[in-house]
Amino acid sequence: MRDAIARYVHDGDTVVIEGFTHLICFAAGHEIIRQQRRNLTLCRLTPDLIYDQMIAAGCARKLVFSWAGNPGAGSLHAFRRAAEGKGQPLELEEYSHFGMVARLSAGAARLPFWTLRNYMGTDLPAANPQIRSVSCPYTGETLATVPALNPDLTIVHAQRADPEGNAQIWGLLGVQKEAAFASRHVIVVVEELVDESVIRADPNRTVIPGLIVDAVVVEPWGAHPSYAQGYYDRDNQFYVGWEKISRDPAALDRYLQEFVFAVKDRAEYIQRCAGLERLKAKERICAGVNYGF
Amino acid sequence: MMTAVAARELRDGEVVFVGIGLPNLACNLARATHAPNLVLIYESGAVGAVPERLPVSIGDPALVTGSLMVCSMADVFQSLLQNGRIEVGFLGGAQVDRYGNINTTVVGDYAKPAVRLPGSGGAAEIAIHARRTVVIARLERRGFPEAVDFVTSPGLRSKGRTRRELGMPGAGPTRVVTDKGILEADPTDGELVLSALYPGVDISDVTANVGWSLRCTSRLQQVEPPSERELYLLREVLDPGRLYLKG
Repeated sequence: MRDAIARYVHDGDTVVIEGFTHLICFAAGHEIIRQQRRNLTLCRLTPDLIYDQMIAAGCARKLVFSWAGNPGAGSLHAFRRAAEGKGQPLELEEYSHFGMVARLSAGAARLPFWTLRNYMGTDLPAANPQIRSVSCPYTGETLATVPALNPDLTIVHAQRADPEGNAQIWGLLGVQKEAAFASRHVIVVVEELVDESVIRADPNRTVIPGLIVDAVVVEPWGAHPSYAQGYYDRDNQFYVGWEKISRDPAALDRYLQEFVFAVKDRAEYIQRCAGLERLKAKERICAGVNYGF
Repeated sequence: MMTAVAARELRDGEVVFVGIGLPNLACNLARATHAPNLVLIYESGAVGAVPERLPVSIGDPALVTGSLMVCSMADVFQSLLQNGRIEVGFLGGAQVDRYGNINTTVVGDYAKPAVRLPGSGGAAEIAIHARRTVVIARLERRGFPEAVDFVTSPGLRSKGRTRRELGMPGAGPTRVVTDKGILEADPTDGELVLSALYPGVDISDVTANVGWSLRCTSRLQQVEPPSERELYLLREVLDPGRLYLKG
């Protein structure tokens, strides 16, 4: 992980760490904080705790997002302090989920923008001049547009991949595929490295082909406190507890010191998080299909 | 009680797009009571979810296990929502105004907010595309202003223009369920009017907490209190840890 981040994340880059609740790569976010990258434009639909931590650690210049809360638990207070003018300055560029999905879809297709029937009656276009409109050349209908998002780097966490980065994901897919295809570089982080034959045995489950992947990192529990379907559950206690930590800048700083700066890698972080065994997923195996012809 | 009342807004077999917070609880209560065939769709991509535990978020792994389909978010917004497949959108909100516009973005000025809220998520597009939406919000003065500080999710009339004039496919918020009564959209002008009161609640308790002069429908109804079974399911089965239920 250290090498992959050192090589592919530069000060000033536009970086996407995707994953909708599921498979959020905290391991990569922590490594970026440890390497003290600065002036990043961080993009994600849901900034979640990981971007709250990166904002608090001073990595971000700008945030591009569509829902900035602590799902089911409260606020992202480092984000809020910045947005409410009480913390370090942070530029905001705000969409809805559909808008962010559309931006990445355009990016993945290498189109300049994407059209959607949306935003009429809302104040979002007034708040974000990047949300514009176009007249349909066939019907004359006015459609909303959002510009393509082509990040310098997308980091995707997946359950498994082969050494070439052919990555398989099951459970919630979020916008991982579009984000990876939209990006100039892709790092795949996996719970498990598997042989190419495992991938070839079930090709429909591959979400990201190795041909667009620059680096593969094996990092078990790399998504904690987010989750990996079939591997471990979300650490909801941590999400609930974040409300108290992030509310107090000193407590947030202590957290970063103890769980990010004072550990050299993910393995050490996992050792510090007591009792993760309780999160281990129960088995719910699916039967599989016949790929024969 | 608000959650139990909101759950009754859903009819069995409907396709519902479930928002974060109380809507999540209400939809799961409806599925456990009168609407076992409700098709729950979450913006995270779970279609036909049958969660075995109360989802702690709309991206909970329990939404995947046993669901009918898991699709990408591009499919959710383009092929399901924009395609017109969602019958009911279920939304919460920090502020709801006279015409059912919802604000979940900022309290105060956008550039210098007094309180920064999470933002739209999928709410703006749900409010635009779902064939109808049900809104659930606690009734309090600062939560029901005459006009919201920021329109995140458009209601029945935004900036003086109707949904039809603005080209929105769905009918918008037909019902707003609160903890004191139910507001309904007046079909002639889209203004929210009081249509039903909870037992023991006086009209003045409602009007005092609404930032505009609230009208009542000609036949003001009384809301049926939650049944023993609804309360048991909510408190003992669905949300024993009080994740969503408060007080």
